Order: sequence, then C-alpha cells, then structure tokens
Amino acid sequence: MTWSEMEPLLEQACWDTLYMVGWSGLIAVVGGLPLGVLLVLTDRGGVLQNVVVNKVLGQIVNVARSMPFIILLAALIPFTRLVVGTTIGPEAAVVPLAIGAIPFFARLVETSVREVDGGLVEAVQSMGGSTWTVVRKVLLPEALPSLISSATTTVVALLGYSAMAGTVGAGGLGDLAIRYGYQRFETDLMWITVAILAVAISVIQFVGDFAARSLAHRGRSSSVPRLVLLRPARSAPSAPAAAGTAAATGEPAGAEPADTEPAKVP
Amino acid sequence: MITTTDLTKVYRSRGREVTALDGVDLHVREGEVYGVVGQSGAGKSTLIRCVNLLERPTSGTIAVAGQDLTALAGRGPRAGSALRQARSRIGMVFQHFNLLSSRTVRDNVELPLEILGVSGRERTRKALELLELVGLGDKAKAYPAQLSGGQKQRVGIARALAGDPKVLLSDEATSALDPETTRSILQLLRDLNRQLGLTVLLITHEMDVVKTICDSAALMRGGRIVESGRVTDLLATPGSELAHELFPVGGEPSAADRTVVDVTFQGEAATKPVISQLSRTYNIDISILGAAMDTVGGNQVGRMRIELPGRFEENVVPIGFLREQGLQVDVAAIADGPRAAAPTTQLLKEGAK
Repeated sequence: MTWSEMEPLLEQACWDTLYMVGWSGLIAVVGGLPLGVLLVLTDRGGVLQNVVVNKVLGQIVNVARSMPFIILLAALIPFTRLVVGTTIGPEAAVVPLAIGAIPFFARLVETSVREVDGGLVEAVQSMGGSTWTVVRKVLLPEALPSLISSATTTVVALLGYSAMAGTVGAGGLGDLAIRYGYQRFETDLMWITVAILAVAISVIQFVGDFAARSLAHRGRSSSVPRLVLLRPARSAPSAPAAAGTAAATGEPAGAEPADTEPAKVP
Repeated sequence: MITTTDLTKVYRSRGREVTALDGVDLHVREGEVYGVVGQSGAGKSTLIRCVNLLERPTSGTIAVAGQDLTALAGRGPRAGSALRQARSRIGMVFQHFNLLSSRTVRDNVELPLEILGVSGRERTRKALELLELVGLGDKAKAYPAQLSGGQKQRVGIARALAGDPKVLLSDEATSALDPETTRSILQLLRDLNRQLGLTVLLITHEMDVVKTICDSAALMRGGRIVESGRVTDLLATPGSELAHELFPVGGEPSAADRTVVDVTFQGEAATKPVISQLSRTYNIDISILGAAMDTVGGNQVGRMRIELPGRFEENVVPIGFLREQGLQVDVAAIADGPRAAAPTTQLLKEGAK
C-alpha cells in the first residue's frame, strides 16, 4: 500500500476519532461532573446526606462500569437508534462511548471533590452559603486541577475505547489499525496509526498535565509553571563524571554529595 | 447578645451515645470578649459550632442578637434561607483559617459579599477596606499559600467581618500560631472589639488567651460549664478553678506543721505592701512558695502562695488580717481539709498521666 493510498484513509480515520472522542468526552464531562458531585454531597456526612440516593447512584455507577465496553456497545443499540436515529457510523458510536465514560468520569470526580477540605465547606456555610454556593464557589474551584487531570484520563481512555467502535462501523484510527493493518497485513499502515495514537495521547496528557499544574500552583513560589524537560545538572564541571571523581576532587556540588564518602575512593 | 438555654448535643453512632453538651447555659453580653476554656473533648468546639448551627443541638435554644436561631433551623440538616441569612450576620474564624487556595486574598474576603449579593465594585471596595483594617492592604493580590500563618488568620478575620457582623465566633483562632503571632492576632481581636463594638465569643485551650483579652470566661468540663463569669469576679471568688488555672501558683509546704495560703491581689490591694506589714505586725516569718502577676482587662492582678509557720489554728489572726486588707485568701493545704481538695486532686490527676 502506497502513501497516496493510505493518506485519505488516515485522514478520514483521524476525523472520525476526533469526532467520537470529542463528543463523547464532552458529554462524559457534562454528565459525569454532576453525578460525581452528587455522590459526594449525598454521602454520609455530606452537605445533602441521603444514604438511599447515595447507594442507588453508587450501584448504577458500579454496574455501568463493570460492563465490558464491547457489550455495552451492543446492548445500547436500541437506545442509540432512539437517540441519533442510526446504529452505525461515528454518530452511533458516540452514544455508547459517552454512556460508558460518564460513570468512569463520575468516580474520578467523586475522588477529586472528596479531597477538598471539609473546613472550607464549613466556612462557606458559616457565611450563609447554600449548597449550590458550596458546590460552585468551593468544591469545583478547589478541585479544579484534579478535575482537569480526571478529564484528561477520561479522554485518553475514550481514545482507547474508540478502537472498538469499529464493530458498529464507526471507523476511526483504532478501527483502521485493526481492519487494514492487522487483518489485511498492512503492517506499515498499522504502525502509522499506532504512532498517530501514541502522539495524540501524549499531546492530550501533556496539555492536561500542564493545565492542571498551572492551576494547582496558584500562589506557590513560582506562579508560572516551568517546562522542565531535562533536569539541569547542578554541578557544571563534573556532572557526567562518575561520583567517585567528584568525591576525590572534593567537589561539594555533586549530584549526591552526602552519599559519596572519601573512604570509598580507591 | 448570645444566649444558649439548656443546650444539649448527643452524638449517636453505632448504638453508642456520646454527650458532647450537657445542658449548657451561656450568656454573652453585648460588646464583650467571652472566652470558653477547657481541655480537648470538653465540648467547647461543639458549643461554638452550635451557636451558628453548623452543628444542630439535640435540644435547647440559641439566641443571637435577640433572634432565636433554633426556631429558624427547620427540620432536616439543610439550612433554610432564614438561617443562612442569620448566619451571614455572624462572623466566624477557624483554627486552620479555611481560606480558598484557588482565590486571592482579596477574592477570599469578597466571598461572603458574593453570597450576600453585593455588586462587584462595592465588594472590591469593602474587601480592600477590610484588608487595610487588619493590616494586610498590600497583600490583596497574593494567594493564601504565599502568606504566613498569622497573615492567613488576618485574612480569615477580614473575611469574617465582611458581612458587618455584630458577633464574631473564634474557633481556636490562635491555636495553630506561635506565641508572638498569637499575641498580635489577639491584639487585633481586642482592637476590633473596641473599635467596632464587636461581641466576640472565642474558644481556646490556652489560658493566656483568656488572660490577654477576655472580659468574661467559662470553664467547660465533660460537656458542662462548671464555672463562668467576669474574669475579675472569678479571680475574687474563693476556690475558683478558673482563677487557679489562670494564675497557677505551685509549691508544696516545707514541713508538716505549716499553713499554706493562696492570696489574690486585685486593683488597689495589689499596690500595698501587705506581706511585709503582716510580717512586722505579727512578727512571723513568711516564705513565698509561688507567685504570678499579670494584667487582666487592664487591671493588675496577682496571686501568691505563701507559707506561714504553725498549723491553721495558730494562724487564724494573721489570715484575718490579710482579709481585712481587702485581699482574697484561700487556705490551700490543710491536711484533709475540704478546701484543699480541688487543686490537690488536680495535681494528682496530672501525676497519674
């Protein structure tokens, strides 16, 4: 298979993947966020403590998460037809992807929101804040860096799940790799798609980490996060040299000055 | 200003009942600084959290500024709008500051104003004014993580004042701070109390806090208030535990046939040379076992434990002389005497630990 043959296939696959992951990611965030917050609020000791609601929600989330995605894909076919009017193509894949990702993201949101110090909630209550105020002004802003990390994880997971969406003819990069690359022995094409997926995941993860970190560092010594790709060597003159030489020359600025004892030097 | 009547709080968990508050009657007058002291687990924290109903009392009533809060509470754990409105007029500062790390100092102070629905420009003006008041005018744009503990608590106080409260609740506000910072925060609270006529209810386990700023105090133990009143009155009360805690004077008698007497000086009497007069008048040797002097609410107050030779019966006249001088005298350590019980048992308890 030549590049000119591969190119249109790859391009179409990229758009399909973007479409599926984009929409399902968006729906997962919109749906999972309130669900996750509700799981925290209704929990024992929560602002809206309600054991029954909490248990029911928790069970729904657990059942949805225990379902293998490929089964969810098939099981949801009637529902998908109801929502988007078709059961094939990327539009149809968005529905099961979103349904699968909502409980996944909700659990991550739950963990993130639970991390917020209860004292802050109490402080806002003491000012006369309502539950809605607590959610809007305390829980979400304080958990934001962690929520962004959770969303990143969810999108990366969706990218993986979207490979299975080929079973409903949705296309996408994963599907391309399986059908052309694996089943038709187009090894080159397979490796290219895998590479594209790897790059895509790296970029998503990098952007997510960067956003989360820059928000988490508010007010810390350096308010602007630095891009440290390589840790700068602290001791300029003898950095690559063995620790032994550093100790022998009595260089105090070695990488591990405390560990290198003069006695060890032959 | 703050009145609680027969306040009771019982925690139930897994069939076990823990009584945190056991019929607490508290009365805080308008414009005073009232300190509640006690060891951890005495119920102080529950009490102060009941005052703005962060904690629902099992029974009893709470009135703040003439408004019965327990009547506003309604059923269930959620706070209705009437209660929320009442809360917005009660400021609260916390031991661990509880500032939002995602907001700047100014935005933290603006938070209660946002809840009250104050417009943006007015919020900013008010927040900057309050930060100026607590001495942090230059830190408006900083984040809480960039501040020291004392500065954070100042922000906490500015935030608590944003809703123009008449009452400020302080939940161990200085307990996470070093002594130096504690003093400056207490000074700030004192100034606010005087300048704004703010009524302050604070809980603490540090006796120094009571000594430094409180007009009145209460001692809690096992969910009950065992002693309460104006600090000056308490010091004048024979056998007062709070007085003893505020001015601990130690010292054991040097021999069996000695009389140990705790003398409390206040105001006028504190300036008179009573001990030397006593010594000269009755020609007896007096040894001082322990003494403490301090200023409480602007008054010079001192306590001294002295030892007189001979048994109590032989010292009735000198003790009478001290009482005539306007001093408060507690005979501390007569063998198996009833008055000696309180301080001695306390010592024994501590020894047992």
